[in-house]
Amino acid sequence: MPEAVIHLENAVVAYREGMALHHVSLQVNRGEFVGIIGPNGAGKTTLLTVINGLGKLQSGLVSVNGVNVSRQNHHELRKKVGYVAQIERIDPRMPMSVRDVAMIGRYGVLGLFHAPHKADWQIVDEALEMVNMSHLAKRPIGHLSGGEQQRVAIARCLAQQPEILLLDEPTASLDWKAQTDILELVRHIHEQRGLTTLFVTHDLDALPHTCDRVVLMKNGEITGDGAPDKLITTVNLSRLYDLPAAQVEERRPHIHGQGK
Amino acid sequence: MDLSIFGYQFMQHAILATFLGGIACAVIGVFVILLHMPFIGVAMSHAAFAGALCGLWLGFSPVLGAFIFSLVTAAVIGPLADRGQLSPDTSLGVIFSLMLGIAFLIIGIMPSTRSEALGLLWGSVLTVTNIDLLLLGVVTLAVAGLVGVFYKEIQATVFNRQIALAVGLPATVILYGILFMTGATVTVSLNSIGGLLIFSLILNPAAAAYQLTYNMKKMFLLAALFGVAAGWAGLLLSYLFNLPSGATIVITSSLIFMVCAVFSPKRRAKKMPGKLTEAG
Repeated sequence: MPEAVIHLENAVVAYREGMALHHVSLQVNRGEFVGIIGPNGAGKTTLLTVINGLGKLQSGLVSVNGVNVSRQNHHELRKKVGYVAQIERIDPRMPMSVRDVAMIGRYGVLGLFHAPHKADWQIVDEALEMVNMSHLAKRPIGHLSGGEQQRVAIARCLAQQPEILLLDEPTASLDWKAQTDILELVRHIHEQRGLTTLFVTHDLDALPHTCDRVVLMKNGEITGDGAPDKLITTVNLSRLYDLPAAQVEERRPHIHGQGK
Repeated sequence: MDLSIFGYQFMQHAILATFLGGIACAVIGVFVILLHMPFIGVAMSHAAFAGALCGLWLGFSPVLGAFIFSLVTAAVIGPLADRGQLSPDTSLGVIFSLMLGIAFLIIGIMPSTRSEALGLLWGSVLTVTNIDLLLLGVVTLAVAGLVGVFYKEIQATVFNRQIALAVGLPATVILYGILFMTGATVTVSLNSIGGLLIFSLILNPAAAAYQLTYNMKKMFLLAALFGVAAGWAGLLLSYLFNLPSGATIVITSSLIFMVCAVFSPKRRAKKMPGKLTEAG
C-alpha cells in the first residue's frame, strides 16, 4: 500500500486579495514526482508553502510524514523539506561564495550553536558535484548566470538531505537548454535520492516525460489530478487557461489528437 | 608634533569610545548594507535622537528615551521589512521624517537651554563619561558576541530571509534581533557621535568593506577595522588641525569609503566580466 508523505485536507489559505487555496485536499505518496500546473494566481505557490509551513492555513489540515504542520513544529519539518523558489536576482557584490550558499542547506539541520564541521563541507561539496557546480564552488554567487544559480539552489536543497523536494517554477526565465538541463537534473536527483517531489511549472512540454502525475490548479482549487498523458489534453487546457479549444490546438499542435 | 594630549583622560576616553563605537557601528553597517536597507540606520539614529530629546524635555534619562524610541522604531520597521508590503525605503523615509519632525518639535517647545539638545545632534566624543563608555562597551561586546554565536543564522538571513526560513532557521527572530542591536548601538553612541553623524559611521566603513571582499567574515572584520581607523584618524586630524572631532571622524570615514570604491576589485570585475573572480 502506498505511503502518504504529504496529506492536505480541506486546506484554506486567504490573503487580503482573496482566497488562495479553496478547501484543497491532496495526497502525495512516497517517491512520487508530481507536476503542478495552472494559470498565474491559481494557488500553486501557496500549495507548496503550506507544505513547508511558510504559508499559514486559515483552516484545514496539512501533514508531512504523518505529522501535522503547525507553528510549533514547522522549523523541524522544514529541515526535511528542500525548497527551490523562482529565480531571484542576487546582488552581484554579495559577499558569499557558491559553497557558502550551498552550505545554508546544512544550517537548519545543524541547529543553533553548531558550526559546520568537515563532514558538512563534504556533504556540500558532494551536492555541488551532483549539480555540476564544483568548478564554480569558490566563485561569488552573484557572478553566476540564472541557470547556474538554480543549480546552486538545488545543491543547497541536497545538502539539506531532505525527504521532500518542492520546486516553484525553478526554470522560469531560463533559456530552453538551461530549462531542460535543470529538469533532467531534478528528475535524476529525485530517482537517485528516492525523494518525493512537487514541481510547479509552466513548461507543459516537459511534464509528460518528467512527472508521474499532474495536478491541475485554477482559482485556488484542484481541477484535475492524474497521469500527464491523460490529463494534458486540449479540453483540459482549454478549461484551465480559459482559452477556446481551437486556440489551444493552434498553440500546441503536437497534442492535437492525443486523448482529446 | 606634540602628542602629549593623548595622555589626558578625556582623550583616552575618546580613543576608547571611537574604538568601541567604530566596531559596533561598522557591524551594524554590514547588516543594513546586506539587507539593502541603509535607511534603517538613518531612521533609527533620528528616532534615538528624538527619544533622547524627549527624555531631556520630560526630565528622564536621554539614554532611556533614545532606547525606547529605537525599540519602537525597530518594532515598526520589523513587520514592514518582513512582509515587504511597502518599499522599505519609502516606509523608512516616512519614519525618518517623522522622527526628525518630533525632534525639532521638542527642540522648539523645550523651555530649557537648547545647547544640550544640539549636543545630542552633533555628539561630543571629547566629553564622553565613564557611564557612556560602560554602556558602549557592553553593547559592543554584545553585538560582536551575538554575531560570533549566530553567524551562520545571520549570514543566511541577510542572504535571503525566505531561504533561511525554508531551511528551518528562525529568520524572523534574527531579523528582529538585528533591528534590536541597531537600536541599542545607535542609543549608546548618541552622546559621543551624535544623532546626525552616527549614520555615516554605520554606513561608510561597511560600504568600504563591501567594495573589497566577497567573503562575509572578512567584510565584518574589514568594516570594524575601517570604523576604528576612521575614529582614530579623525581624532588625530581634529586635534592637529583644531577641527570639530565628530565632523572630522565622519569625513575621514567617507574618504576611506571613496578610496575603497576607487580601488575596488569588484569594480574591475564588472568592467571585465569574462575575468574569473574567486570569493575570498
